[in-house]
Amino acid sequence: MKLSDCTALIRSKNAGPFSLTYDIMFSKRELYEHVKASGCITAAKLADVIGCNSQEMKFFVCDNALAFKFTIPRLHPAGDPADADLHGGQQFAPLMDIEIPPYA
Amino acid sequence: MKRKPDFVASDAGTIDAGPYHLGVGKGAYAAEAMRHDLEILLTEVPRGTPILVGSADTAGGDPHVDRTLEIVREIISRRGLKRRVAVIRSELDRTMLQDALDDGRVIPLDHAPELDRNRLVRSTRVVGMMGVEPLQDALRQDVDFILAGRCSDSALFAALPIMRGIPEGLAWHAGKIVECGTLTCETYGKGSMFGELFSDHGIITPIGEGLRCTPQSVASHSLYENGDPYLHRESSGTLDITHARYEQHDPVSVRISGAAYVHADRPSIKLEGVEHAGYQSVLFGGIRDPFIIRQFDKWLNEVKDEVRQRAARLLGDVLSPDDWRIDTHAYGLNAVMGVREPAHDKPPHEIGLAFCVSAPSQLLANKLAELSRQPLLHHPIPEWSGSITGFACLFNQAHVERGPYWRFSMHHVLLPKPNETIFRTEILSLGDA
Repeated sequence: MKLSDCTALIRSKNAGPFSLTYDIMFSKRELYEHVKASGCITAAKLADVIGCNSQEMKFFVCDNALAFKFTIPRLHPAGDPADADLHGGQQFAPLMDIEIPPYA
Repeated sequence: MKRKPDFVASDAGTIDAGPYHLGVGKGAYAAEAMRHDLEILLTEVPRGTPILVGSADTAGGDPHVDRTLEIVREIISRRGLKRRVAVIRSELDRTMLQDALDDGRVIPLDHAPELDRNRLVRSTRVVGMMGVEPLQDALRQDVDFILAGRCSDSALFAALPIMRGIPEGLAWHAGKIVECGTLTCETYGKGSMFGELFSDHGIITPIGEGLRCTPQSVASHSLYENGDPYLHRESSGTLDITHARYEQHDPVSVRISGAAYVHADRPSIKLEGVEHAGYQSVLFGGIRDPFIIRQFDKWLNEVKDEVRQRAARLLGDVLSPDDWRIDTHAYGLNAVMGVREPAHDKPPHEIGLAFCVSAPSQLLANKLAELSRQPLLHHPIPEWSGSITGFACLFNQAHVERGPYWRFSMHHVLLPKPNETIFRTEILSLGDA
């Protein structure tokens, strides 16, 4: 299955004007634990999907929020003429298709 | 108000609205919307229950505070109210910042640009983000209403509880949870948040139809717009919620506990600054020709080259190539994600193109847009012979004046000198209070 089949919300947003932060959030603990145990969500994998350098990524596993989180530098500062996503809200879509082993 | 809160607070701003609002000196909301909310606060909250509004008018600069204050004055006068109002301004003096920069007391935050004397001089407006201290000083002067410039969102909610002896970790944590209103609920909806704080725990309750907090919804809100989910830097220290606990208290409320607040060796004040970067004009239109779409990057580069040649020929005496720029955003292709777009190998059937020119004046930006129109419309491709029209203009005239734009120049922290005054407080008696 795809990551978006088992999550409550996948989102991206500015964390200040020079950083982007991504949240992968679950509503069912068993699904969160399944994805966590699958090893499909790692800093290296996420960097590959987003197309950024994993050295620049801060990656967090948040058990109490049932979430994975990572923060990376923005390609362009928010509001710059070269930037096309002021709030950074539409940068998450490639994460949706990450393949997860089926949950039995 | 039936729950008799000790105070009511509202965070009215965010840096997320972009550099424009700080630069132009006006926020993102219509005055009617601000008046609506302020009128409810001023008429429904009884005197004796302080109201705190922070990061006034989106950006919290002096013009933003003044614009909000005008509305407050108007409501107080029209409704025949009497209120003591503390106005705390947070726009920072350039000489003070210059001294701090020279002393090495201005430090960049993650990924911020290098700050030097020139960039500081170029900055249109710089605000400092206040913590609880200026708010507490104002509260000690028995004011009814605090109107603050740029302010930590959580500080608005932590200031009074800390004065009353609530542990700082709990007060800041509760502030962090409620500062975005009902975004911390399971599903976002209309309403507000109510927090009740005790010596070792707090109860967070949403007020509004169908709203519900769960341990997970509250815990996950700490992720929102923060680079780090556990450590939240404030002016006087760091809120650490690594060991925070969240439990369902009743069907809609969550019990929080376990947060810690670690004081820093010295206070630091977050700085937000913008510099005026030029003026823009934008042409917007579409491309449907599959022959253009299959070689879109090549076509677009040729169009841009042609525009640059025309500009050099016709405007070269007033505009050097470094003075202006073209930015293009190809909707349907990769406008939203740029080089991070993974699906760029699938050609779309249609592309929406925003063709943006930026120049030192609006007049020059308009001239460049006018020079761009013909190349966009008629640049040839080898597949067709004869004259083509390859760009479907959305507007007539083809370009839209976008006016001035700003870019972020500062996202730093300032380490003030001991006892240095950063924020300016003024107490006003409105309606002869």
